[in-house]
Amino acid sequence: MPNKILLPILLSLLLLVGCDLGPSNIESATAKQILHLGNGTEPKDLDPHTVTGVPEHNIISALFEGLISVDPATLAPQPAVAESWVISDGGKRYTFTLRDNANWSNGDPVTADDFVWSWQRMLSPALASEYAYQLFTVKNAQAFNHGKLKDFTQVGVKAIDSKTLVVELENPTPYFLSLLAHYSTFAVHPPTILAFGDQDQAGTLWTRPGNLVGNGPFTLDSWRLNYIIRVKKNPQYWDHKTVILNEILFYPIDSALTEERMFRTGVLHATSSTPLDKIASYQTNDPDKISINPYLGTYYYRLNVTEKPLDDARVRRALSMSIDRQAITDSITKGGQIPAFTFTPPNTQGYFANNNSIRYDITHAQQLLSEAGFPNGEGFPEIELTYNTSDGHRRIAVAIQQMWKQALNINVSLSNQDWKVYLSRIQALDYSIARAAWIGDYPDPNTFLDMFVTNGGNNQTGWSNSQYDELIASAASEADEKKRYQIFQQAEKLLMDESPIIPIYTYTRVLLKHPQLKGWEPNILDIHPYKYVYLEDSTIDGDQ
Amino acid sequence: MATDSLQQYQDVVFEHGRSPWQDAWYRLKQNKLAIISLNFLAALVVIAVLTPWLAPYGYETQNLALGASSPSAEHWLGTDIHGRDLMTRLMYGGRISLMVGFAATAVSLVIGVLWGAIAGYVGGLTDTVLMRIVDILYALPFMIFIILLMVVFGRSLLLLFLAIGLIEWLTMARIVRTQVMNIRNQEFVSAAVVIGLSHWQIISRHIIPNIIGPVIVYITLTIPSVMLLEAFLSFLGLGIQPPQSSWGVLISGGVETMEEYPWLLLFPGLTLSATLFALNFLGDGLRDALDPRATRD
Amino acid sequence: MIRFFLSRLLQAIPVIFIVITATFFLIRSAPGGPFDADKVVSQEVIERLNERYNLDAPLHQQYFDYLSHLIRGDFGPSFRYTNRSVTEMIGAGLPITFELAIYAIMIALIIGISAGMLAAVRPNTAQDYIPMTLAMTGICMPSFLLGPLLVLVFGIWLQWLPVSGWGYSPGDKILPAITLGSTYAAYIARLTRGGMLEVLNQDYIRTAKAKGLNTTKIIFKHALRGGLAPVVAFLGPAIAGLLAGSFVVETIFQIPGLGRFYVQAAFNRDYTMIMGTTILLSCLIVFLNMLSDLLAVWLNPRLTLDAKH
Repeated sequence: MPNKILLPILLSLLLLVGCDLGPSNIESATAKQILHLGNGTEPKDLDPHTVTGVPEHNIISALFEGLISVDPATLAPQPAVAESWVISDGGKRYTFTLRDNANWSNGDPVTADDFVWSWQRMLSPALASEYAYQLFTVKNAQAFNHGKLKDFTQVGVKAIDSKTLVVELENPTPYFLSLLAHYSTFAVHPPTILAFGDQDQAGTLWTRPGNLVGNGPFTLDSWRLNYIIRVKKNPQYWDHKTVILNEILFYPIDSALTEERMFRTGVLHATSSTPLDKIASYQTNDPDKISINPYLGTYYYRLNVTEKPLDDARVRRALSMSIDRQAITDSITKGGQIPAFTFTPPNTQGYFANNNSIRYDITHAQQLLSEAGFPNGEGFPEIELTYNTSDGHRRIAVAIQQMWKQALNINVSLSNQDWKVYLSRIQALDYSIARAAWIGDYPDPNTFLDMFVTNGGNNQTGWSNSQYDELIASAASEADEKKRYQIFQQAEKLLMDESPIIPIYTYTRVLLKHPQLKGWEPNILDIHPYKYVYLEDSTIDGDQ
Repeated sequence: MATDSLQQYQDVVFEHGRSPWQDAWYRLKQNKLAIISLNFLAALVVIAVLTPWLAPYGYETQNLALGASSPSAEHWLGTDIHGRDLMTRLMYGGRISLMVGFAATAVSLVIGVLWGAIAGYVGGLTDTVLMRIVDILYALPFMIFIILLMVVFGRSLLLLFLAIGLIEWLTMARIVRTQVMNIRNQEFVSAAVVIGLSHWQIISRHIIPNIIGPVIVYITLTIPSVMLLEAFLSFLGLGIQPPQSSWGVLISGGVETMEEYPWLLLFPGLTLSATLFALNFLGDGLRDALDPRATRD
Repeated sequence: MIRFFLSRLLQAIPVIFIVITATFFLIRSAPGGPFDADKVVSQEVIERLNERYNLDAPLHQQYFDYLSHLIRGDFGPSFRYTNRSVTEMIGAGLPITFELAIYAIMIALIIGISAGMLAAVRPNTAQDYIPMTLAMTGICMPSFLLGPLLVLVFGIWLQWLPVSGWGYSPGDKILPAITLGSTYAAYIARLTRGGMLEVLNQDYIRTAKAKGLNTTKIIFKHALRGGLAPVVAFLGPAIAGLLAGSFVVETIFQIPGLGRFYVQAAFNRDYTMIMGTTILLSCLIVFLNMLSDLLAVWLNPRLTLDAKH
């Protein structure tokens, strides 16, 4: 290898220059209170109304704040821009009082009119916000978004005065306050938007450093494409005394392996992902640097029920019941994931699915398959399992392929696809079995279960059941939480009996996190309000 | 002294009308390293062919509870994350890699040499058109090309050979063209034209023997890059699908876990390296043996 | 010389035009659109986005619209990074990738040519075997393997060099440049050796030797010039490939270069960005191949630029 010659030369040159790597980010961070975070991919934009991803969310939550925020430990709604609220009219009317000292980063006050203007922007058809449906619980919002209603004054949001906002809902929606903590419902600064384009224009330059005006604990300082986004403490923030961090640097990093190396050499305080194979060694050698927490998401397989032999519920259940989920979570994913036999993760805001139709039971699975006309897998056609290109998905698919072969004697071929090809094939129902995942938008079973209503956009299995549709609809108008959860349990039982999907495991959030990172509470949405986060050297430091 | 007598012997043989190919074979046999390499490669091919009968385990047989384990008496080269025997997977992987390596290289060789030789020999407008086509193909976005191939034709090993061959022939064509032009302009070729040799005679007697050296060198460079490209295409979904494996796939998987399970990188890496070294020594030996002037030294 | 430039420049026009046309229609026939997402985007939203980016127009209309913008130097907005223009993104990534490529090429040329030369001068001796064995090892080590290996040794175990970044901390450019350059160094070493051996066996070199000319002079004046022909033929496309291939290195070392955009754009179906980077790449290939042909003539004065027979 020629670089064996070159390296000593370069390295001796380096020593001549007297190069010292100097203190790493981590070593110098505590004194300066500068947080370095791995943040997945480069954000598409920083406009709360047009973006959708987690990396975007992380940055936007530093730059903006909604009416409501959530308690980092319990996820209970807590006051943010709204200092108080009153719920009336059987849960269909919310009256928010905005705090007097809520300001934009340029000093302007945040007003109720800003929210009305922002929601109009977010719901306007021309903006084409992908998250517009987050506000569809608001009266007439859907009609306005679909262009059936032109007059925004008919939509259920009004500013009574500059600090009072009234929202009318279509139905009593118990999780409405949680929605208001989601960035798609945040307010933006109208004069800034209008300085760079129209109210309903997307992709203008208003989100650039120097232009962006927000109301969050931090302001945008610099944005180097595909490299680093830097935010600085916002002195105009109403609760700026709580904020300890001076700066946060977000690094978009495509490769989990690169991210882990950056973490290990002190470039990052926390990662956005963890390579599967590193989990065990961190748990053994550096248990204080790895954090594993439950996460509101389910890893599952979709079955195309419009296609033989998967149109038979017995076949689908046989496939589901012959997967040894424990072996997968123990030997492959290794991150403390919980084997899933229901779709909604256990303890989603107090909800537990009451389900016993799916369990790991090979004998029963064989019996079901035989009842469906394929004793010992005889006559079962070879079907294809599709997944999007990724090492983790491949490993799981390889294990399940073999489990089905051994338990049911059926042949499944694997097919990995480029992400966009994968998406288009799923949408066209051009698959037999496909890997999928769902991360809840808000902590409520509805975000999971309303997916599988007939022709639901994210259903994509071809499955349809009128009884299920009715249950989901009745849950939407039920105000009593206990009764509501009972309805969801019935629906979920139905879903699992029919098994258009095979839940595999409930996600956990596995990330590498430096011990000096404090105030970073684990929660199932993996939300960490930066205003409470700070850096503090541990009293026991092994390196000293 | 020994070389002198050899030289005399060869001259005698040559006068007695041995064909140039027999002559080359004779010279190759004198090169120990090349012969050892040839035997090594032949052994690899034999193992690849006999793998279904030789392999100690099934290539897809898993033992999730065992997981990745270091080399042991049961598993000489250890096991991978799914608890599959690495030696078995290396043996099966060799079948794919050798096949891809040779077949795809052959595709690229045939197209590349013909294309480059025609461009370089005929010159003029033909040269311009042919080489600009090469430029165009270089510039097309490779990733989109692969995605489309997959969508249009589905997945097959034959398609993989073609796809790789079609990507790899471009540089081969450029190298051959430059080389042919170099030779085309030398005095002995001009002389041959003057004494009235046909194009075919010029090509077979002067051009081909003189470009064989660089072509062989480039082949030895193409085979490894083809094997590694296969891993990338398989990752994208065009190549082989799990539970099948190839050396390239094993190596790229091994890289990800090189700190945790170094054997998963080490053994596939060593296998690939040994093969490439053998190919290389054989290539050098062939080059020397086929060089019309090599024996005069 | 000027004629050569002019004629190649003229030839470049159809080449680039064909590349633009083919790419334009190829990417649109690949399944999956730029706005498909994990959580299904409603039909209304997709329609409006298509309208915004002129994707609702008939295909040929889109093509002519694109061309007319292109002629005015407008590469359009990125479909993924909604507030960025393609020009801006290329402007941000290109200088970095270019710098990385320059270092890598320098490393590859210096090491490759000297190793190949050493080997060719005394074939089948230790002076041949050692550099060639090293070169073969280099070929067996693609950048996706060499990069992490170097990082592990020099970044993590020895802690001599940073493991990521570009101009962020001192010395962070060393490992990426070596990683990207070494594979090419190995190729160049092999090609140089082969090419030089070829020349050293030619009659005119033998004649020069027989006349008792200084060996060093023979090697540098005659053999090296002739022997570099295959290297030069390889170099044109290799430099262009280096730019595209820097994706792997940029990903390993977290470098904000164009390579990452080039590959991600294809995966994201960011049509305008694919077009922009492809056009850039095709110009580069045309230019570098022209340069490489020019160099070939300079190295071998018996060739003519017009290549007429």
